[in-house]
Amino acid sequence: MILLALLAVLIFGGIAAWFSERWNPAAPRWLSLAALAVEALLVLLQYSIIDPVDNLAVGDSAAWIADLKRPWIPRFGIGFHLAMDGLSLLLITLTVFLGFMAVSSSWSEIKRRQGFFFFNLLICLAGTVGVFLAVDLFLFFCFWEVMIIPMYFLISIWGHEKRTIAAIKFFIFTQVSGLLMLLAIVTLALNYHDDTGIYSFDYFDLLGATLDPDVAYWLMLGFFIAFTVKLPSVPFHTWLPDAHTQAPTGGSVILAGVMLKTGAYGLLRFVIPLFPDAAHQFAPVAMTLGAVSVIYAAIMAFAQSDLKRLIAYTSVSHMGFILLGVFSWNLLSLQGSVITMLAHGISASALFMIAGALQERLHTREMGNMGGLWAKIPQLSAMTLFFAIASLGLPGLGNFIGEFLVLLGTFKVNAVLTVLSALVLILAPVYALIVVQKAFHGPLPQSYQLPDFGRREWLSMMLLVLSTTWLGLHPQTVLDVSAPSLQQAMNCCEGIDR
Amino acid sequence: MNMEQLVAFSPVISITGAALVVMLTIAVRRNFVLVSFIAGIGILVSLAAVSIIWSNSPVQVTPLIRVDTYGLFYTALVFIAGLAVIAFCYDYFKDREGENEELLLLILTSLLGASVLVNSSHFASFFIGLETLSVSLFVLIGYSFDRLNSLEAAVKYLVLSGVSSAFLLMGMALIYAQSGTLEFSGIGNFIANRQTIDAMILTGIILMVSGLAFKLSLVPFHLWTPDVYEGAPAPVTALVATVSKGAVFVLLLRYFLTSGGYLYSSMLTIFSIIAGVTILGGNLLALLQTDVKRMLAYSSIAHMGYLLVAFIAGGSIAPNLVVESVTFYLTAYLITTLGAFGVVSILSTIPAEAGEWSFYQGLFWRRPWLAAVFTLMLLSLAGIPLTAGFIGKFYIFTAGVDARLWGLLLTVIIGSGLGLYYYLRIIVVMSMSPESDTTEDGVHTCAWASSATLTVLTILLLWLGVFPERLITLIQSL
Repeated sequence: MILLALLAVLIFGGIAAWFSERWNPAAPRWLSLAALAVEALLVLLQYSIIDPVDNLAVGDSAAWIADLKRPWIPRFGIGFHLAMDGLSLLLITLTVFLGFMAVSSSWSEIKRRQGFFFFNLLICLAGTVGVFLAVDLFLFFCFWEVMIIPMYFLISIWGHEKRTIAAIKFFIFTQVSGLLMLLAIVTLALNYHDDTGIYSFDYFDLLGATLDPDVAYWLMLGFFIAFTVKLPSVPFHTWLPDAHTQAPTGGSVILAGVMLKTGAYGLLRFVIPLFPDAAHQFAPVAMTLGAVSVIYAAIMAFAQSDLKRLIAYTSVSHMGFILLGVFSWNLLSLQGSVITMLAHGISASALFMIAGALQERLHTREMGNMGGLWAKIPQLSAMTLFFAIASLGLPGLGNFIGEFLVLLGTFKVNAVLTVLSALVLILAPVYALIVVQKAFHGPLPQSYQLPDFGRREWLSMMLLVLSTTWLGLHPQTVLDVSAPSLQQAMNCCEGIDR
Repeated sequence: MNMEQLVAFSPVISITGAALVVMLTIAVRRNFVLVSFIAGIGILVSLAAVSIIWSNSPVQVTPLIRVDTYGLFYTALVFIAGLAVIAFCYDYFKDREGENEELLLLILTSLLGASVLVNSSHFASFFIGLETLSVSLFVLIGYSFDRLNSLEAAVKYLVLSGVSSAFLLMGMALIYAQSGTLEFSGIGNFIANRQTIDAMILTGIILMVSGLAFKLSLVPFHLWTPDVYEGAPAPVTALVATVSKGAVFVLLLRYFLTSGGYLYSSMLTIFSIIAGVTILGGNLLALLQTDVKRMLAYSSIAHMGYLLVAFIAGGSIAPNLVVESVTFYLTAYLITTLGAFGVVSILSTIPAEAGEWSFYQGLFWRRPWLAAVFTLMLLSLAGIPLTAGFIGKFYIFTAGVDARLWGLLLTVIIGSGLGLYYYLRIIVVMSMSPESDTTEDGVHTCAWASSATLTVLTILLLWLGVFPERLITLIQSL
């Protein structure tokens, strides 16, 4: 039941936030904060209850922490089936943590229609939590689609100057690729029906399905495209710079920190376990796409003059590492991918919050119009330096651990691509430090009075700093949580020799 | 006709009775409220009749009509749609000068035609039902004759509908000449007993299909649709989009299932081409529209294309899955389309139909509930989960995958992508800041009948999207 509560708290919190606007314009944000606090409590509770679930048929069930199954549409064997393992627990923790950050960064930025804003924010988070929990493919698809609608509203109503186009582009990319996935899901389920005479969309039933190699390859592509659009990876990344740039800060935080991770999660949870042979066959292509993303996006990031756009491209670059890691499919690289997801979630969100704070103060995102800010707002500038360095992968901070593990794991599988991707260790400092150089050093273009970080901003930044340092210095805590589920996923596809 | 048959025929009889009562009432006393009330009661009585005879079916009432659960389900659906249209009409026309009472009479006769159509098992009843429906629609479309484009739409529909009926008759004649029977099952037996493909029958079927394609507005027979949708008063547009199209599609499916149309594989090829161009054409042309009613017209063209995919799948999969898919999709489509045009009709006034963007700009902040309902309807048309439209689309995918129609399914995906663009555009316009000079905010009249109907439709839309099992079980028992 606790899984249902995880969804319900956010949904009802969202509805309450929407209606509370009537009696007090400040109520929505406090209510969202309260809902997130309850949610955080529930998530933390999960860490303490390590009560293995034993009613799941497949795999080593010790990896699953909680399970909830109710029939939904029995006609097609569709169930309302939620389950949580270490991987989903980590990602949900990230979701809730960044949810706080999103609320914090929208605290004073959103002035119009706050009720509807926080409603969308919380529903978006609920959809994401649902994606991380659903183990019925139909249910998964529903959450997958439902989480993009509130995000669409966040961008199209509270976004910046080109919000309409960006929002529509975002929606259409995700929807169309999602329909390809729906096609693959339906085909997979009907295939299972042809074999066994039973309709089922349950993950654990379909895991064991036997597939014709050709069919499996096409189905794998259907899933792969949906997830790489969301991840995103070259060549499906073009929606991302627009959406990130135009979204309000809170939206960017959720988008970069959490939503991109649903793509990575999908690859890890569905693509490879469901179609191990086809994925193995496809791995060189996927890994090449990953490596290309890493390098290409890093170069593109360097070429941007818009701060948010630059950060958006660095996201694509980091996500390339995840693609590399997942398709290398060994424990090292998978662990690296998971750490990268978390670390990138934190560092990218922090950078977007800084960009948002700058825009609130300067009303521009153009780095050409900035410069010399260090003298005026030293605290904000120092934070930027910290997260720029975190993002470029300085040892001791989270991103380094993730990228290091991915490279280590990938090297055993494909040395050439690993070497190529490692080149980004040169490119990353270039794009990270150019930000600091352009925006914070040099002469002030005009003299204006700027407020430095306030208390609320300080608190959020400190939390982000602490968590990324923790990830960098003591990643073992996280690795222990994710290890059982990753090990189990690997056991599923043991037949494949790598 | 014995007693059992008479009872089985009672829904059609009672809707006829309702039409007569309305006519007599108008003769005695012209009162729009009273007449609307009587018409609504008449439909409710007919619905009650449907539910009473549900368990006694199937009954063959004369060779012309076969009352079975399939037909009864759609009869009920058509009546419910009629009820919603009457509610929209009530608010739309209540402040209009002049004689509005005949409107309800015409709606009832169109429902009569539709209910005969969905229960027919014979060319004669098929044609009579279709013509009763169409003739009522000519007048309804031109009802607000003080607007020029309403008249234009009526004339356009009259001429094209007449031509398509001629095609239909010619097709029937050819089939009759060859098989010697007008009954669907008789034709089915005749086709099943012949080893070779009969050129005359094939020609007949093609002519019939082109006649019906006019009514369903499949590309390339769609040219009348946007003009009629734009010109007709909004509640009547809802009637054209739901009752007329739905009943014709139901008949088409019944005809193909009982008279062996699926045995002609070349027909399926033709249908596949039509479905492909309908989906792409409808969606691409919708992109170019700047008028909401025209856009919804093209979107309804595209939806008929999606529906055809499930229909085509009938060539190679079990008939009950086809019936299930088509029925669910049509139900979802009916609810959604009624809801969408209901919103348009609430926003419309007698002199101006709510077609232009300016009617919708900032609707979220001026009338949030109305905008939320419209958004839900549009999302359902786009097939987003948790709405009935998504389950419908899921059925199309299931039927298409089962029949291995990969090309058509890809077209559906492309079409949906295009579709999203124009649905989202309306939502964007609604979420923009309202224009500063919108002073008529408080002026809009209270529209309780439409609002209540929209509430019911919205609840149904979400209910079917989240818990579709009840309806699925019902449809499976057909």
